[in-house]
Amino acid sequence: MPLPDWKTTRRGFLGGGAAGAALTALAVPVAAQAPEPEPLEAYAPEFFTPEEWQFVMAATALLIPSGETGPGAIETRVPVFIDLQLASGFGAAEDWYMEGPHDPRADPQLGYQTPLAPAQVYRAGIAAVNAWCGDNHGAAFAALDPDLQRQTLVALEAGELPLPAELRDLFSLLLQNTKEGYFADPKYGGNHRMAGWIHIGFPGARASYLEWVDRHDIPYPLGPVAISGERG
Amino acid sequence: MARTEARKDVVIVGLGWTGSILGIELAREGLEVLALERGEDRYTVPDFRYPDVIDELKFGIRFGFMQKPRNSTITIRRTLQETALPYRKLGSFLPGDGVGGAGIHWNGQTWRPMENELTLRSYVEQNFGADIIPEDMTIQDWGVTYAELEPFFDRFEYVLGIAGQAGNVNGEIREGGNPFEAPRRREYPLPPLKHTYDAALFAEAARAMGYHPFPRPAANASAPWTNEYGMQLGPCNFCGFCERYGCLNYSKASPQTCILDALRRMPNFSYRTNSEVLRVELAEDRKTATGVTYWDEAAQEEVFQPADIVLLCAYQLHNVHLMLLSGIGEPYDPATGEGVTGKNYAYQMNGGTTLFFKDREFNPFVGSGANGMSMDDFAINQIDFAAEGFIGGSYITAGVANGQPIRGIALPRGTASWGEEWKTAVAGWYGHSMSIGSHGSNMAYRDCYLDLDPTYTDRHGRPLMRMTFNWKPNDIRMTQFMRSKIEPIAASMNPDSWQSSYKSEGAQYDVRPYQTTHNVGGAIMGDDPGTSAVNRYLQTWGQHNVFSIGASAFPQNIQYNPTGVVGALAYWAAEAIRKDYLPNPRPLV
Repeated sequence: MPLPDWKTTRRGFLGGGAAGAALTALAVPVAAQAPEPEPLEAYAPEFFTPEEWQFVMAATALLIPSGETGPGAIETRVPVFIDLQLASGFGAAEDWYMEGPHDPRADPQLGYQTPLAPAQVYRAGIAAVNAWCGDNHGAAFAALDPDLQRQTLVALEAGELPLPAELRDLFSLLLQNTKEGYFADPKYGGNHRMAGWIHIGFPGARASYLEWVDRHDIPYPLGPVAISGERG
Repeated sequence: MARTEARKDVVIVGLGWTGSILGIELAREGLEVLALERGEDRYTVPDFRYPDVIDELKFGIRFGFMQKPRNSTITIRRTLQETALPYRKLGSFLPGDGVGGAGIHWNGQTWRPMENELTLRSYVEQNFGADIIPEDMTIQDWGVTYAELEPFFDRFEYVLGIAGQAGNVNGEIREGGNPFEAPRRREYPLPPLKHTYDAALFAEAARAMGYHPFPRPAANASAPWTNEYGMQLGPCNFCGFCERYGCLNYSKASPQTCILDALRRMPNFSYRTNSEVLRVELAEDRKTATGVTYWDEAAQEEVFQPADIVLLCAYQLHNVHLMLLSGIGEPYDPATGEGVTGKNYAYQMNGGTTLFFKDREFNPFVGSGANGMSMDDFAINQIDFAAEGFIGGSYITAGVANGQPIRGIALPRGTASWGEEWKTAVAGWYGHSMSIGSHGSNMAYRDCYLDLDPTYTDRHGRPLMRMTFNWKPNDIRMTQFMRSKIEPIAASMNPDSWQSSYKSEGAQYDVRPYQTTHNVGGAIMGDDPGTSAVNRYLQTWGQHNVFSIGASAFPQNIQYNPTGVVGALAYWAAEAIRKDYLPNPRPLV
């Protein structure tokens, strides 16, 4: 007959879990943590082709720009996050109902109706955007100057590029995945050094705040912790 | 060729809240009880343990604990004329999956309805006249009264260890509780949770305007609790990962923390996971069920499970789907208004106002699922429907549940959704906003219902269920009324700015953004077999050994989160089965 598991595991949790993490958070220097991964230029994508990688690097750099006001998509390694997501079950829509018939022109309020999984939307969508950029500006998206790139993204978001209905979710997927890569736990490849969390003041996986519930209107002093135990 | 298993006294479809309650109550009678669960088994450890469960992407965004549409989904349309399309990825609502069901990933708000919500049509007719009910509105009485259910609300709340503050104990109004609530026999089992800053500010403003704020009734333990089954809860640590997550801290009431470990020890109870029930099998005369046929995922074969009693304890949508697939009850026809199975699908009408305070620190990551303050000054029993021009009501509430950043950071309207402006804004506004919400009723309508889709099928070749649902003017007037009450409260709090989001005239149901997993109806209870699918004991009218238990029994939606009623109805049905049905199996009405 098993013991009620809260008896055995709660003790373990309190000893080695969130409370322990909180006590030691300030003592571990960042330098003691994992070494810097390869620069994005040297990263070998699992899903993207070299052309697609250039597109995603350029597009995410506009969606969350780098600069003094906070980290951008590039320093937080958002493109790596998106690449790994598209190579995974998410990219293949493995949890979604994808049986036909499909009506990709349906009222958008009826939800995702393209026959294409997210990875296919990226693949065909990036090709279509690059082809449009080539026809209209003489170069692929990544080779355009940033102003033209920005105008292209604005037009893509507004549905003003001549994309087939099957690809109409490209921009919303790209923007959603970019924000996911900025704020998801670093184990997924983005939010490098928890910079997205530090930027807004989210403590990540600390997950224990009882003593803070009635400390009203006081800034929380601790930096974030990742699932791996890494401190920010 | 289906395999046949040994007969059981009782087979339960789905092992969430209602399946666990019926399971333990009937196993205690000495019956051989088997539960069939289509999903995986789940335990606090390892499935919800720290730190792995604190993963917003996996569980909050990719819905790791939810039903996979690939395995089970529905189609949706807004009108009878529209072609329904599959709900291909989760958005508007998030049905659960696996042992514990949606009971593992709820927030824990555990309400009782108003007395008049259970006799809604009679209440409206007697107080305001039948002519104020719109022609297409199909609201009904439940066939059971609040007074009859009160002992079962009480029991469910004590099994769950609800933290709260009574406002009406046997008719005596108590300061600090909800003065408008129906009478309860005693206090809540646990004192209220501590309040976050947003809830405290809201309550202060509401009180100053003469309203009556009270703590939300919460299934997040505020102190240690041991329930009647010997199950133990520990105090909530406000981890900020409640809704969409299993509880890492044994604090949120769930089948796992309140029932299952006690139930698993009973030798006459067993359960099988990865066992999806495909249909209820009926006897030749169709007056009883002989058992169920399920898909054994491991063996990759169909299995016939004979049983004397069949309890449908799946999620609301799946109870109705199984009844439609099995020929239980006449399918509802919106053209004639006849038929009962699938009738009166309803949802929940919610709205909210967001307040921005650049100099206040809300620390939104400090949150529990149900912490917060609410007021019922505009509840369904406080409104003159004839004067206001709608039927319904809402509770008004504030209390942060989480500050998970992917799920959304409130930004002042007009802020860019990307680029430098967005990046600066998320840093500037994260932790500097709060919201006041309204959580309201949704009436039933002639053309809001569930039936079988003519085109799309599931992985077993069964037709998907089709939902026909849209927002209606009555409920939009109700939510706009709430807006007119909430905005002055917000303004009185002197935020730097505020903005509102309520359904307005012409609003169409949008399946994409998350709204609520409070889907109700479709196998509604009542006192007339011509207008309801199950009787007042949740027994199907046509097959006396089949009971359909859960929010599928709601004739229209109440203004509250449904779990309190779902739990009370489960105990109510369990008692009817134990005391009345087992000694003499027959139609109980």
